[in-house]
Amino acid sequence: MTTAVATAARAMRRPARSRSLRPWYRNGTLVAGLVIVGLLLLAAVLAPLLTPFDPIEQDLQNALQSPSGSHWLGTDKYGRDVLTRLLYGARVDLRIGFLAVLIPFVVGSVLGALAGYFGGWFDVVVMRIVDVFFAFPFYVLVIVLVFVLGAGESSIYLAIAAVSWVSYAKIMRGELLVAKKQDYVVAARLGGMSHGRVLIRHITPNVLSQALIYAMSDIVMDIMAIVTLGYLGLGIAPPTAEWGSMILDGQEFITTQFLQATIPGLAVVVTSLGLSLLGDGLSDLLSPERRK
Amino acid sequence: MSQGSSDVISSTGIAPADEPASTAELSRGGVPLLSVQDLSIGVRLPGGRTVSIVEGVSFDVDPGQRMGIVGESGSGKSLTLRAVAGLLPKPVEVLSGRVEYGGTDLLTMPAKRRRALMGPEIAMIFQEPMSALNPVMRVGDQIAEGPRRHLGLSAKEAGELAVSMMARTGIPDPVRRARAYPHELSGGLRQRIMIAMAVSCGPRLLLCDEPTTALDVTVQLQVLRLLERLCADTGTSLVFVTHDLAVVNQTCSELAVMYAGNIVESGRVKEVFRQPRHPYTRGLLESAPDFDRPDRELVPIPGFPPNVADRPSGCPFAPRCGYVRDHCRQSMPPLAEVAPGRQAACFESSRLTEVLA
Amino acid sequence: MLDRLRFVPARLLQSVPVVFGVTVVVFFMVHLLPGNPALTILGQTATPDRVAALNTQLGLDKPLVDQYFIFLGRLFRGSLGDSLTYQRPVLELVLQAIPITLSLLVFALVLSLVISVPLAALAATAPGRGRDLAVRVFTLLGQGMPQFWVGIMLILLLGVKLRLFPVGGYGMTFGEHPYYLFLPALTLAIAMSPTTIRSLRASTINVLGSDYVGTARSKGAAGVSLFRGHVLRNAAIPTVSIIGVNLGYLVGGSLVIEKVFAIPGLGSLMINAIFTRDFPTIQAVALFVALFVIVVGILTDVVYTLIDPRVDLSSKERA
Repeated sequence: MTTAVATAARAMRRPARSRSLRPWYRNGTLVAGLVIVGLLLLAAVLAPLLTPFDPIEQDLQNALQSPSGSHWLGTDKYGRDVLTRLLYGARVDLRIGFLAVLIPFVVGSVLGALAGYFGGWFDVVVMRIVDVFFAFPFYVLVIVLVFVLGAGESSIYLAIAAVSWVSYAKIMRGELLVAKKQDYVVAARLGGMSHGRVLIRHITPNVLSQALIYAMSDIVMDIMAIVTLGYLGLGIAPPTAEWGSMILDGQEFITTQFLQATIPGLAVVVTSLGLSLLGDGLSDLLSPERRK
Repeated sequence: MSQGSSDVISSTGIAPADEPASTAELSRGGVPLLSVQDLSIGVRLPGGRTVSIVEGVSFDVDPGQRMGIVGESGSGKSLTLRAVAGLLPKPVEVLSGRVEYGGTDLLTMPAKRRRALMGPEIAMIFQEPMSALNPVMRVGDQIAEGPRRHLGLSAKEAGELAVSMMARTGIPDPVRRARAYPHELSGGLRQRIMIAMAVSCGPRLLLCDEPTTALDVTVQLQVLRLLERLCADTGTSLVFVTHDLAVVNQTCSELAVMYAGNIVESGRVKEVFRQPRHPYTRGLLESAPDFDRPDRELVPIPGFPPNVADRPSGCPFAPRCGYVRDHCRQSMPPLAEVAPGRQAACFESSRLTEVLA
Repeated sequence: MLDRLRFVPARLLQSVPVVFGVTVVVFFMVHLLPGNPALTILGQTATPDRVAALNTQLGLDKPLVDQYFIFLGRLFRGSLGDSLTYQRPVLELVLQAIPITLSLLVFALVLSLVISVPLAALAATAPGRGRDLAVRVFTLLGQGMPQFWVGIMLILLLGVKLRLFPVGGYGMTFGEHPYYLFLPALTLAIAMSPTTIRSLRASTINVLGSDYVGTARSKGAAGVSLFRGHVLRNAAIPTVSIIGVNLGYLVGGSLVIEKVFAIPGLGSLMINAIFTRDFPTIQAVALFVALFVIVVGILTDVVYTLIDPRVDLSSKERA
């Protein structure tokens, strides 16, 4: 397209620029994400204060009740309050979801960054391992690993870490390949800085944002995995309240009490919606030049 | 005008005397093929404010006439052309004015009727043939697309027409080349493909947006000659947008000079070149190298064109003008007749009488 | 055209080390089991005889490296061992299940394109306007729903309430299969569409602003003919690799979905094997799924080459 259009674009750009420079709290996507995720975390933390019921104790006389004044979302087949189990489930699913990201984030980012920065045999080895792990679909490896390691929270952390470090390694390697050719990095090296200093002082702050943005969608993936494992009966063992196993329990009564299976799924949807918005908002905030 | 001559430069650049009454005069009284009237192009900002990039541009193109529009980057010449073709890039749009083709306003015409004109009546050639050709479609199919749509040809007939159009535009081995993808051809060949595509439906008006800018100088000349020959053969009118005065000199009979979204001078190419009546045109001519007089000193125009978003109140060229007077900064000089067939938008036009050549 | 596919043999060769790595991972899965794997696998049914027998069958009584090469050797002869549950060669079970899973995946891919292409086109032709936002909401929700839950909701809505589709199973006859597979395929398609739509929307916006679309318009093309003739193929180019990567993810999802809809494919085979601790079957499914993903990767490059005549992967070394 010719220059007159560029002129037009220039005329248009003024509002666009002020958009990327506006303070973070004016970024609607980011704020919406923060509010949703914040409320969910708050509900999880305050669960014992928010509900008079116990998430585990059975009350068989009150099983499978429809929503009412005392049980807003009804009760499950053991007479437990669904809303209570939903709130306590948030504690499990959100905790594991957020914590599970930490190990792969650190391990994957460091390996990918080193591979991208130094290249050579280290890069080749790391990337071949990445290729191998990439060949296994996320769920296949997670399910098998959780089975092999034995059901339970620590197995889930390990299984997720073993599978999802790969994505961070790929992202960071790509970032580093670009970053190390940037003038400011070349200049720092020529100025006599050591590799370590260049990596930590100059490159990390510039490339970490992409890994951070990805981490938001990764938390969503992890929560999906935990819920899926729970649904398959491979995750957190009953009677602990967990969204996936709640859906599994509710599926039995799909024809009579469809809320039982629907509600926990909606909880997952709201959670991932919040995290996705947060990720999009972060991406607007951290790397506005990459988004259209 | 001695069009079709092989010696383009000398025929159009130097021999001025034996010009017949121009085509414009011949068709006087008749309806011009293309008539752009008071055309403003710009962007509507949220809140109702508009930023205009092209302001009140008017010109006529008669059948068989070849009109060059010259200006710097950002002068609005390409947008004017694209408005005629109906190809303004979003969010740019026509703010006001008329674009009449054969007496009918293209802008108010139903979209479907307008599209039916694109190809058989009006065709366009773009600046950068690499990006203007679909990268994943064989060039022969791209040429054949228009004839299939508009002339109702079968795939086979259209394919044959495409090959013959390629042969007419001087592409060697057209049967094999028709099966090539754009990236497999050289820049010159790609532009010939664009030309073959544009003339494939026999249009009466050909719009060219800097069609030779992306080409080597030698290839440039070949492509210009080809264009000129094709137009002369078929009596096709041409609107030719460029920043290169030499190209206009080689190709066109009429000239309009644009600056900051306005036409500042217009007239027959030869006359404008010989005696520019607007300081900007004069500056352009003095800053462009001339092959015929390589020893002439080149004088650049000082300063930069204004930002369209905040134009000065008076003449937009005033800040860069050597002839500027106080009243130039007060109000905008209108485009007025300064000699028969010559228009200029300058209060001081009468001071510019020096003959350059 | 076809000589641009010369890269395929080289690509296959490059996959050899990856396949090799995959076999290592699949092999060592057994050895991550705490304690004596045979004992763990057999659980309460373990007797010293059966443990010894399983040790021999799995080759667990030999050094680890030897065991791996025995495993690899048997693999080359096409033997993946016998299923501990069904007492039949695992390969037989897997080969029975593969066509079912494959048809589910292909069906899902087709449906996801049927969903994605029009939605992406709607969004890209009016960026920032109402329908673009509606499509964005759809993608956000689509990404946020657990696949198996979508399946359950579809069963609830279209199976139980409206009785339009069967709630599970694979059907008995060839004609019934598409009918039975529709809901699970739709489930996977909904899961897969958001990324496709996002990518296609972005590339379509790019293509619509390109000069060659201007050229096409100047030839009088508009609407559907413009979209089909000039926009779609160009916009699809960057999306192909996204779909390729996604297919791998989809395979994982299909395993869970098969369980939801009781479809006797690879997924049901694997998840049942997990509950019966049928380790040879788990290994076999994992191996085949990984091989499938590797093949899809190569196919993606082939498709990429076929739709974009500028791509020539044989001429340059791939990173």
